[in-house]
Parts: sequence; C-alpha cells; structure tokens
Amino acid sequence: MRREPARTFSDLLPLLFPAAMLVVFFVIPFGIMIAVSFFRRQQGGFYTVDFVIANYERFLTPFFGDVLGFSLFLAAAVAVCCVLLALPFTSFLAGCSRRVQVVWLVGILAILSLSEVIIGFAWSTLFSRTAGIGNLLSALDLMETPKALLPGFGAVLTGMIYQALPFTILLLYPSLMRLDPSLLEAARTLGASPMRGFVSVVVPALRHTIAATLIMVFVFALGSYLLPQILGRPQHWTLSVLITDQAIYQSNMPFAAAMAVFLVLISLALVGLVLLVGGRREAAR
Amino acid sequence: MNKRIARSGIGRRTFVATGLAGAGTLAMPNVLKAQGRSLKVGVYGGYFKESFDKHIFPEFTKATGIAVESVAEPTGEVWLVQLAQAAKAGRAPADVSMMSQVAMLKGRAIDLWTGLDRARIPNSDNLIGKFINRYPDGRVAGIGAVAWYITLVSNTKVYPQAPTSWAALWDPANRNRLGLLALVSNSFLLEVTAKTFMGGTEALDSEEGLLKAFGKLAEVKSNVRLWYRDEAQFEQALKSGEIPMGQYYHDVTGLAAADGHPVRSTFPKEGGILDSGCWALSRASKKVDEAHVFIDYMSQPSIQATMSRKVGTAPTVKRSLLDLSDDEFASVSSEIDPIVPRYDLYQTRSDWLNQKWTELIVG
Repeated sequence: MRREPARTFSDLLPLLFPAAMLVVFFVIPFGIMIAVSFFRRQQGGFYTVDFVIANYERFLTPFFGDVLGFSLFLAAAVAVCCVLLALPFTSFLAGCSRRVQVVWLVGILAILSLSEVIIGFAWSTLFSRTAGIGNLLSALDLMETPKALLPGFGAVLTGMIYQALPFTILLLYPSLMRLDPSLLEAARTLGASPMRGFVSVVVPALRHTIAATLIMVFVFALGSYLLPQILGRPQHWTLSVLITDQAIYQSNMPFAAAMAVFLVLISLALVGLVLLVGGRREAAR
Repeated sequence: MNKRIARSGIGRRTFVATGLAGAGTLAMPNVLKAQGRSLKVGVYGGYFKESFDKHIFPEFTKATGIAVESVAEPTGEVWLVQLAQAAKAGRAPADVSMMSQVAMLKGRAIDLWTGLDRARIPNSDNLIGKFINRYPDGRVAGIGAVAWYITLVSNTKVYPQAPTSWAALWDPANRNRLGLLALVSNSFLLEVTAKTFMGGTEALDSEEGLLKAFGKLAEVKSNVRLWYRDEAQFEQALKSGEIPMGQYYHDVTGLAAADGHPVRSTFPKEGGILDSGCWALSRASKKVDEAHVFIDYMSQPSIQATMSRKVGTAPTVKRSLLDLSDDEFASVSSEIDPIVPRYDLYQTRSDWLNQKWTELIVG
C-alpha cells in the first residue's frame, strides 16, 4: 500500500483532533513542567517564578547519576527479559487454534487489568517468609527453612516482568499472526530444526517489531514507581520514586520537574539512538 | 480498651500513597444539606474522616446549627499544595483543614493561614501551650486539633518481651527485622537518635550534630528490611510477624491489638514521638466566623475526650481538664516526656536534610 500525500485541507482534517489532544494533554503540560524546572525553590515553602539552573545542578551529581543509571538498567533488563520470554510464547500461541488463542488472550488481558498496587502486594505476599513460596520450597525440601525472598533485585525484576509481560505479548501478537507460515515451512523443508528456523527466520523477519516492542516495554517499565518500593530495598528505588518524594512530600516542584525533564530527555535520546542505529542498518542493506 | 472506631484499609497519613483514588474523593466531598450556615472542613481521608463524620461533626451541627461538609484530605504536603494553588485563585477547597506541623510551617512561609482571634476561641485556653501555632509576628496560625504518637512497635509472638528503648533499633540481633518510615520529615528518626544517644534533640542545633546523628543512624540500615511510605504495607507485615519490629502509630497499633492481632505498642524510656495536627483557616475562605465557632467547639475538653475515645488520638487539652480515666488516657498517651520533632529544621534545612537522608538510605 502506498501512502498518498495530502492534497487539500480537508485531507488533513482527521488529523486535527489527535493533534489537538496531543497539544492539550502532552505538549502544554510538558512545557509547564520545563518552565517549573527553572523556577527558584523556596526552602521550607514553595517556589518563586524565576530562571535558575540550580535544580539541574543539584541533579547532576554522582548520587543521582547512579539512581538514573539503575533506573535505565532496570527498565532495559525488564524489556529484554520480557521480549525473551514473550517471543517464543507468542510464536507458539500464534500456531494454536483460534479457541486456545482466545482463552489465552482473555487471561493475559485480565492480568493487564490488575493495578500496580495489587501486583506489588500479591508478590510481596508470595515472597514473604510467613506465607510465601518459601514454605512450599521448604516442604519440598528444596529450602532448609522458609526464607523471605524479598526485598531484593530479583523480587523487583520478577514483579516488573510480571506486570510488563502481558503488554509485551499483546504487542508481539499481531505481527506473529501476520507472519507468513510458509517462511518457517520453507526453512524446515530445507532442513532447519524448529529452533534454528525460529532463530534464523522468524526473529530476523520480525526485527522491526522486536525493536519497537523493546522500546515500548522499556518506556513502560521506566515509569515504575510502586513495585521497586514494595519489593526492593532503597538501592532499588528508581528515579520515579525520588521524583514522587520531591513533588509530594517535599513540595519541591522545581527539583521534581527538573528530574522528570531529565528522565524524559534521556529516554527520548535512547529511543532515538535505537531508531537511528536501526535505520543505519536498514540503509546498509 | 474499648473498640474506638471502625477500621478501613487506608491509612490516614498516607492516603495518597496508595494511589490516586484520592482525586475522586476530593472532587466529590460528601455534602450535607446545608441549612443556612455551613463550613467545609478538611480531615485526613480514610478511617480518620469516617470517625469524624460519625462521632464528631453531627454533634457540632446539632450544637451550633452550622452544617459541616467534610473533605477528605490527602497527607504529606499534597493538600498544602492544593490549598495554596486554590488560594492564589481565590478559592478554598476547604475552609478549615487539619494540617501537620511541617505543613503549618510551609503555609506560614507563604502567609496561607488567616490569623485567628483567640478572644473568639476562649476554649483555646484549655490547650497545652505548645499546641498554639503562631506566626513569627505573634498572630495565631493554627490551634491544636489532635495529637498522635509514633512509638516502638513489636510483634508479641516474635518478641515475647517488650523492648524498652529505641536503642533496640540498633541491636545487631534485629538484623533485617525492622520497618521504619521512609522520609526524614515523617520518621523523625534524627530526633530519636539525638534523644537516645546524644542527650536530647538540642544536639541537632548544629550541622556537626546533625552529621553525627546521621552517622549513628547509618548503623541502623542493616537492620531495616522495609522503609515504608504506605502504612498498610508495614501494618500487614507487623501483624504477620514478617517484619516484627519498627516504628508505627500508637493509635492504629492499639486498634490492631484490640482486634486480636499479636502486636503491641511500647513507649520507650526515651519517650514516644509526639506529632500533631492543627486546625488552620485558608486565607481564601470567607467563613471566618463559622471557623472560629468550629475551632472553639473542638477545643472543649469534652470533645477532646470524645476524640480520644472514638478516634484514638491524644488530646491537645491539658490532662487535668479531661474526664478520661487513667486507662483511657494511657491508651492514647503516656506520661513519659515525649520526643518532640524539630519542626524548625524541616523549614530551615529541609532540602539539605532531605538530600542527606536520601543519600543515607539509598546510597
């Protein structure tokens, strides 16, 4: 299908509504946030309208660098794990009968409807010493005495993967359904094992989808704020947790805004970089 | 101990931390049919507001003819930010609000509170002096509404013997067993450290003293399993024994114990942390007369006693004026000299303290 360039104004009309929504609900609030990030913090009070860079200065320290680095690392780890888990699963699902697919998809959508709070508390119970899976493992003699599996990085990662996995599957599902099954059949006919066929045919054919999914799950995970608090130790708190502390508990809007602007810019830059690298490779082919 | 109130899942001081459910509640305050005079009163959402709606406000309306429209107020400084923004636009989402001490200070810095006339609040003479909140120029910014204690709590199954001192938090035997509040300005652990190991909270006057307290506090880190912002998170773990010791609110712990959970609240020998809320009037409110009537009503010893019995808060009125029995008083308060938070520090050094604190627990 080829895209026709818009010729008249009426061709552009359908775009006006989404454009207006984008301006009202994204561009304007983000603009306000940028403005606030340059306001002067009034200690023990609120802020005064001004143009200072102190909020950014305070952020640019090794301490916040570490927190930012950890947040990015965590989001990337969640994205990679989710795609690694979801790709084989979704590919398997795409080969199932319609009925089986519907049952699975309804179940997956049901998980997606759970709030972060419920997921967090459910996993904190599952990982607890008194009521958690430690008791099960101990009954099976796999663990000496029931131990708490949280707080820790593993608990945070598990909770976040659980939250993001249904989202990942739903992102991959349409492309895998559209994938021509004859590609895989051809590979099999030529003697490739199912594993080999999957890795050297399905994965390359879906590279754009996979890249897009990685980016979307990364951004989805980057905003996580409750799970690191419920399942992790303070060193596993993401930048979003510290932003909330500043905005809600310290009423330091300028600093919270500066951190948020920085987080958005960094994630935009990373997404841009991925697209750029992807585009280069594409051009080189 | 008599059963004071119905429970609700949401902690009053961390209302918003559980999600943005607060926004919906804020938008739809529960409107009583106003017959003539009325007043909008902000109190912490959750079981706090429920108790006030049930036990306190109807009696006030009966006595004065002023209808109360109660507004669920989120905790922290969220409500302060909303009140301040609304006041700039000349609106008051609540006329009178119950505000924590740190929020009172920040509101004072921007002149948010209408100065109150104590001649029109004769019952305020009943209050213990420190519960009258003043502007630096002497105007009255707020009148003490209720007080509450944060104490040393423990699970009775895990600790058959009650701890006696805050020093228990530092005991190496309690490794990975504590739940503490996550913020410098609501845990007041610097004050606890100063009172327990440095002779008193005056030790925090200098930066040197503060750094020393931070240093001592760093030793507690390996004992802490949970730094909580959300009350429900710790309460559950305390009841089950998952996290068997920590700091928590005396009133809620008492309720949990009364419900049969194996928990206890202990006033350590260094004292419990005494925190309180003030009634304060937004400068955008036009209900100045009604507000004075309301605050005067709430400062009566009999109403303060009712709040202690029904809401579980400690009275701001002098003990001698109250008809609370010794048992009733002991269930909400203690004769041990309390640890009074250094609210001044959270104004003059708030950002520095916050930064040091975050580096301490995250780093």
